[in-house]
Amino acid sequence: MSHDPHAAHGHHEIEMPHASMRDYVIGFVLSVILTAIPFWLVMTMPLSPGVTGAVIMGFAVVQIVVHMVFFLHMTPKAEGGWSLTSLVFTIIVVVIMLAGSLWVMHHLNTNMMPMPHEPTSQVTGQVP
Amino acid sequence: MSAKTITADAPVRFYDLDEHAHPEGHSTMLGFWIYLMSDCLIFAILFACYAVLGGSYAAGPSPKDLFDLKLIALNTAMLLFSSITYGFAVLQMQRGKVKGVQIWLAITGLFGLAFLGIELYEFHHLIEIGAGPQRSAFLSSFFTLVGTHGLHVTFGIVWLVTLMVQLSKRGLIAANKRRVMCLSMFWHFLDVVWIGVFTFVYLMGVLR
Repeated sequence: MSHDPHAAHGHHEIEMPHASMRDYVIGFVLSVILTAIPFWLVMTMPLSPGVTGAVIMGFAVVQIVVHMVFFLHMTPKAEGGWSLTSLVFTIIVVVIMLAGSLWVMHHLNTNMMPMPHEPTSQVTGQVP
Repeated sequence: MSAKTITADAPVRFYDLDEHAHPEGHSTMLGFWIYLMSDCLIFAILFACYAVLGGSYAAGPSPKDLFDLKLIALNTAMLLFSSITYGFAVLQMQRGKVKGVQIWLAITGLFGLAFLGIELYEFHHLIEIGAGPQRSAFLSSFFTLVGTHGLHVTFGIVWLVTLMVQLSKRGLIAANKRRVMCLSMFWHFLDVVWIGVFTFVYLMGVLR
């Protein structure tokens, strides 16, 4: 880690995350690997579609964590813990929203009464 | 809180006078992070929309017919390169080299423009073969999700150019350093969203 020679403590310097070359290089190399493998898996299909789907979803989650840690400099202590708190809150909301939407819409689709494609039922709006 | 002796002349105050100083922009980074989290919710809604509507082809083309994974891989590489070049700009800023920051920001902008160019080429191609946003619910949600990401990248580039002008006028003052760090968060955040897009929309779409 290189230290900032201009880090003056005389006046109020705003606290910023400290980036290092090491972090960026590790993050970049991991990202390239975590991007190349899913593309290769889908383009050549050495596994069954179900397994491939699960594996590429797993790789995406790992890559998002890599980006958060090495590029966005996310640490539990950043901004006194408030960055992580808001991130966790957002993840909870996103998971509820995604899972809830898929769940509800899946049931709507499967339980939807079959509608005949006759023009009369569209006009009257009645279910036969 | 320190106890103060109340005298006749001094007005009685019932609040904390010994608050620590708040330097300008001390909460900008956290505020910007919370903005990014709200942006994350926008993308989550669009992802949910795509997840629900992504299979409704209306007897039109499916992802397998439309998506060219080689083009998407190239696009992903552009965005990934722009992420590391932005990282180099931040490192130059930490060393106090304004010229280096400008050069790396310009390279980042070029990668961003390449990404946008490839995306616009893809959109143009899709619309030309009749797979525009009005073709099916799948394509409507696809264009909304990927287009919103592209719009974010566009505004990121506008901000980047603005920042380069500010840097050339004022140099690496505290406010400009803060701006560089905020755009850094924005730019890397867009790359995070793109991970979701290429995995969930393109790779899963071709698998489907």
